[in-house]
Amino acid sequence: MSAVEYEPVIGLEIHVQLKTKTKMFCGCELSFGDPPNVHTCPRCLGLPGSLPLPNARAIHYGLLIGMALECELAPRSIFHRKNYFYPDLPKGYQISQYDEPLCGPGRLGDVRIHRVHLEEDAAKLVHVGASGRIHASDASVVDFNRGGTPLAEIVTEPDIRSAEHAREWLTLLRTTLRQLGVSDVNMEEGSLRCDANISIRPKGQTEFGTKTELKNMNSFRFIERGIKAEIARQEELLRNGEAVVQETLHFDPRTEAITSLRSKEEAHDYRYFPEPDLVPVTITADMLAGAKAELPELPAARQERFEALGLQADTARQLAWRSELGDYFEAALGANGDSGSPQVVANLVCNDLVARIGDADPATSKAEPGAIAALAGLVERKAVTPGNARVVLDKLVADGGDPAEIIEAEGLGAMGDGDELDGIVEAALAANADAAEKIRGGNMKAIGPIIGHVMRETKGRADGGEVTRIVREKLGL
Amino acid sequence: MSRPTDLTAVEAAAAVRAGELSAAELFDAYRERAAADDLNAYTWVADAAPSEAPAADAPLAGVPVAVKDLFCTEGIPSQAGSRYLEGYCPPYTSTAVQRLLDAGAPVLGKTNQDEFAMGSSNENSGYGPVLNPWDHTRVPGGSSGGSAAAVAGGSAPWALGTDTGGSIRQPAALTGIVGLKPTYGSISRYGMIAFASSLDQAGPLTRTVADAALMLRHLQGADSRDMTSVGLRDEVVLPTAERLDGIRLGVPEELLGEGIEPGVRAAFEQSLALAEELGATVETTHLPHAPHALSAYYILAPAECSSNLARFDGVRYGARVDADTLTDMYTRTRHDGFGPEVKRRIMLGTYALSSGYYDAYYGKAQRVRTKIAEDFRAAFERFDFIVTPTSPNVAFELGSKTDDPLSMYLNDFCTVPMSLAGIPAISIPNGLADGLPTGLQLAAPAFGENKLLEAAHALEAALGFERLDQKTVAA
Amino acid sequence: MLHVARLARLELTDDEVEHMTGELQKVLGHIDKIAELDLEGVEPTSHVVAVENALRADEPEPSLPRDVALASAPAVSDDGFLVPSPQAS
Ligand SMILES: [Mg+2]
Ligand SMILES: [Zn+2]
Repeated sequence: MSAVEYEPVIGLEIHVQLKTKTKMFCGCELSFGDPPNVHTCPRCLGLPGSLPLPNARAIHYGLLIGMALECELAPRSIFHRKNYFYPDLPKGYQISQYDEPLCGPGRLGDVRIHRVHLEEDAAKLVHVGASGRIHASDASVVDFNRGGTPLAEIVTEPDIRSAEHAREWLTLLRTTLRQLGVSDVNMEEGSLRCDANISIRPKGQTEFGTKTELKNMNSFRFIERGIKAEIARQEELLRNGEAVVQETLHFDPRTEAITSLRSKEEAHDYRYFPEPDLVPVTITADMLAGAKAELPELPAARQERFEALGLQADTARQLAWRSELGDYFEAALGANGDSGSPQVVANLVCNDLVARIGDADPATSKAEPGAIAALAGLVERKAVTPGNARVVLDKLVADGGDPAEIIEAEGLGAMGDGDELDGIVEAALAANADAAEKIRGGNMKAIGPIIGHVMRETKGRADGGEVTRIVREKLGL
Repeated sequence: MSRPTDLTAVEAAAAVRAGELSAAELFDAYRERAAADDLNAYTWVADAAPSEAPAADAPLAGVPVAVKDLFCTEGIPSQAGSRYLEGYCPPYTSTAVQRLLDAGAPVLGKTNQDEFAMGSSNENSGYGPVLNPWDHTRVPGGSSGGSAAAVAGGSAPWALGTDTGGSIRQPAALTGIVGLKPTYGSISRYGMIAFASSLDQAGPLTRTVADAALMLRHLQGADSRDMTSVGLRDEVVLPTAERLDGIRLGVPEELLGEGIEPGVRAAFEQSLALAEELGATVETTHLPHAPHALSAYYILAPAECSSNLARFDGVRYGARVDADTLTDMYTRTRHDGFGPEVKRRIMLGTYALSSGYYDAYYGKAQRVRTKIAEDFRAAFERFDFIVTPTSPNVAFELGSKTDDPLSMYLNDFCTVPMSLAGIPAISIPNGLADGLPTGLQLAAPAFGENKLLEAAHALEAALGFERLDQKTVAA
Repeated sequence: MLHVARLARLELTDDEVEHMTGELQKVLGHIDKIAELDLEGVEPTSHVVAVENALRADEPEPSLPRDVALASAPAVSDDGFLVPSPQAS
């Protein structure tokens, strides 16, 4: 019996905290890390008689996001009330958007966007355990500082087919939002939050399987691992002839365990209806022009531009999707002096520099973009071998400086094609007669010890290709 | 000179400005009466007159105002007639009250009301029913019953109320005073504890039409704290008209069915005849969807209230009933905090919005609302005003309808259509039936307040109704 | 009835349930008459004000001092509103 192959179908719901100065529906300042309940007012506490006042900049940011995600922008949209009780929800309803959202269908990269809408964030609920001050044995404390922070909720179509794909696409989304300047997009701090709707189906089948919703994964790594774990769980269920139950799940990154949140959920009936305290939002030509004027170059366009410079697609994407790498790369290209070709500069940035600085922003590294450009030029002109270029880069990252000076000071310059190298190769062949014999017999793989010998003698300054050429010449190949 | 409390608000303001009367003297005269009130009209009365005299140019010249309890007043209990909010003092003041304060009208007291403005008799107050000053065994109407009883009983020169489906006009009619519900959006709702947001509108309850105009002048205006407020287009003018020449009055057949008490109908017909004598033409017209207005209203208003009252959850203010679990805390707090009518409407509204019922109830009611607004627009092409009795009946006995919500709801039959359409409507005293006041309602197109007040003023003068506070003087 | 009460977070005694069921049935009987109306193609009205785009500039306004914000709360900890934990069952 051949095992059925399953295909995951994944859609994401992303909540993005917008970086406005004030909350969505009141003038309280947004705050991070301030003492609890110091940013509240009658509106965001839901005091009797208070009314919401929509933040114009939040609408503007919503439009920027809609444009960046190539969404259809609704000429008119309205807010609804989503009714449910929870201590972090001061009015007993969340002001959100329902069937007339700000942004309709769009696309980012290879994933279609279903919609983007605006809403207000809930407050923070801190579990404090047993408390003597309250009748209940187990208490929580509500902090309304965060309550009412503007959120954009981005909902994708179920176009994602793997956990890696989800993570990669989220990287693109995060970069796009960061470029727009609408959010800090920091998962650890909660300014970017992601839920995933996951189902699997036999490959080739068009109908969707039963989906589950995986909630509150607070890092890119956890998203990938959580989705993987959930796909595995669903596969196991189906292979054992059991059914997937539609439910909301929680992924614990420590134990990799997936647990049901159903107890908290009960039967949801949000009783949406149009928010009578607000009037419709109509998008004017001025609002559109204002957003358009602020729209920066986005990753997809930047990748295309990098490809047009002659970069390979992979490199171009890496630079465009990690915008700080792209910025650094462009600074290197723009630096005065003898820079190398874009691909050589890009390789140094994407491979060698990233290997040394990890996730840090290269702009904070001691290696100046101009120095990287100069180093690329030296490599390309064979003034330094690729191996020694890495040694130079180590020094640049550690102490900064000028690559040409480092090469000079450390004697790392590549050897010319003069007699010096000829003699050293001669000596290497003599010292490795066995290897020389094998090469003569046609086994070029045996050249390793010869090159190693030459490199030792020249402290890496010799060009590997040149050494090979001389060996062939001397052995008459 | 007569006693300060005999003056209308317009007269009192003029007297204070002319130096014939001190604002403190005026305030104290009313304060004394309010403190001695035996109608249960007040839930709070000021201790003393404001320490500072009003500015010399203050247009309202220190004429005190009684304020419906649901208007938030900083540091003063604002309980909206609910036990849930017992003793609650908000940290801010509503725009409507602030505007009156800014114009020089201090708060005399907070008036009793149906809990969260839900009711037509004031029997739904968590602080006991208000009595009708004309007959203490009868209701004053609601939900602004305390405001109406205070003005009609002479313990306040004028009062601020709110009207969602008739809550200013109906108690004004049942107590023989003037009540004006202005165009929706003309007065800010900021700081008004909400019943049904898309219908709630503040307005004056006064002795005369001119007093209503004076208060409206200072209440109205767009407010940056309420995005649905737009203000009126023209400044409110004090009415002076004595005639109704060329005015076309439309009497909608659908609102004059069998539910109207004979005495109310007779008084209404006399007024129509009087209007004709003043030069108006009177014709029957139609508002085809008006008979469905009550149904639409009793879907939309409870739906909105079920959501508006969700904030009363025992977390940030109000009376909590402690419990071990969150759900028990919620349900017990709300069980004990709300009275039966509030619970009924929350249940009705929750049901109307719940999954599977939205289209049949809420969606349909919104469409009825569209048709009703269209009916009025069509009628106003032929008529300047629509006229009806304000209430189908005179003040009824306390307790006579408390067991029958539907018959209580039918009290709003003539006032609800205007609320749904958002248009201005005024109730003026219309003579007595069986010794009790009846009201005449005039409704105008949106923002037609000035014309409406002029016509009401002309009719008021011709009707020559003797208010209870005037009778008390005579006695 | 009980489902609706649960949605509304209202505890109702058996007596209240019985009473209210009868009352609401009567009210609904009246309201249900609108079902007879043919309103195909009629736009719903959620608001009578003809305003759109009433928006606020993104400018900070003073917040309430914490003691004022907490002043009316039935139960507080040092710096927040105390509630029975939602996790407790
Ligand atoms: Mg959401
Ligand atoms: Zn606030």
